[in-house]
Amino acid sequence: MPELTLESIARAVTETRVYRSIVRRGLAATNRNRSLAVFGNFFLHIHPVKVNVRAIAFTRTFYLGGLAGGCYLILVVTGIFLMFYYHPSVPRAYDDMKDLQFVVYMGPFLRNVHRWAAHAMVALVLAHMARVFFAGAYRPPREFNWVIGVLLLLVTILLSYTGYLLPWDQLAYWGVTVGTNMADAVPGLGAQIKFLLLGGQAVNENALLRFYVLHCVVLPLFLTILASVHIWRVRKDGGIYLPERPDHRTPTHTSSDEAA
Amino acid sequence: MPLLDDLTVPLSDEERQRRALLQAIGAGALAAAAIGTGATAIRYLWPEVLFEPDTRFRIGRPDDMPVGTLAVLPAQKIFVVREPAGVYAMSAVCTHLGCLVQYEREQKRLLCPCHGSRFSPDGHVTQGPAPRPLPRLQVSLERGVLVVDTAKVVAPDAVLKV
Repeated sequence: MPELTLESIARAVTETRVYRSIVRRGLAATNRNRSLAVFGNFFLHIHPVKVNVRAIAFTRTFYLGGLAGGCYLILVVTGIFLMFYYHPSVPRAYDDMKDLQFVVYMGPFLRNVHRWAAHAMVALVLAHMARVFFAGAYRPPREFNWVIGVLLLLVTILLSYTGYLLPWDQLAYWGVTVGTNMADAVPGLGAQIKFLLLGGQAVNENALLRFYVLHCVVLPLFLTILASVHIWRVRKDGGIYLPERPDHRTPTHTSSDEAA
Repeated sequence: MPLLDDLTVPLSDEERQRRALLQAIGAGALAAAAIGTGATAIRYLWPEVLFEPDTRFRIGRPDDMPVGTLAVLPAQKIFVVREPAGVYAMSAVCTHLGCLVQYEREQKRLLCPCHGSRFSPDGHVTQGPAPRPLPRLQVSLERGVLVVDTAKVVAPDAVLKV
């Protein structure tokens, strides 16, 4: 009888027909097989098979873009959970929020994770933008990706803002009153933009439903599409920006390497 | 630039065991986290408060119902019948697949519009796919007012004497 180790179990699983139909390869730890594992996996293919050591040094990027993306993932999951208890209607919205806070099992946890991830995402996106700016990574050939990044910042802030109205408390109500009055100040079309945003003249039932649909469907859709293009373009522009010469922060080369 | 690759580095048995142990701990931790998250998610989705009407409600005084009437209360999904012997309440939900049974006053029969089940006015199945008679529900007299509880099914011949 063969020895029952973690490796033998893994080997038995990876040799089944079902596993091979999904993953298409075994456990063989060769460089070729490792590359194929990344190429053939939808979730892993986002990252290149091989990256420059300098590009993945923490102090190069502080992983700000990836962390912002991670926050977005957390926000989508916790947001979907919150949607199971929240009705976007004037008589129910505030009470549903209070129920989530005081009655629903794990409700406060999910609400707080959603809130903190939202704050963190805005901060991380801004920090990411500053990092890219100071590294000079917006320069050709990456100008277009910078523009997509600016749009992503805008959508992130709009998501933050539309989520603000949903608890339907005093802060939300006046926040949206002030925000839509700012849209009202647009020259020429201000009144029409405000009317369209609120779905009426007042911050009321229609405005709540509109902000809910924007927050839960329209803006996440835009963000997902833009973020996909953003990440794809990083690859097409030759990976993340690296200065010509290695700088003092990422000592990946040593003099002996140079000599070799 | 050296290629970072540990494939060619020979491993000692001790190192191999260490890696196997760490792998097992990692896999166990991931499995525990996945099970915990799944269980918590299901528990979260289990509502603590229901926004549903009370199953107990008042339907009026027995004197307001002449003997021989069958009253239809569609909002509460019940029939109330006044017999010489007393009063009983009956579910108006078809025992087949839950549609609302209609009272055809002229023919003095109950008809389910979904799949054609017919019931006699006392709730017995006369035709169609319904497997059981319409269940009788608990009726009580509280301070002279009839109270029905749709959550409590009583005997098929139960009648509240009034």
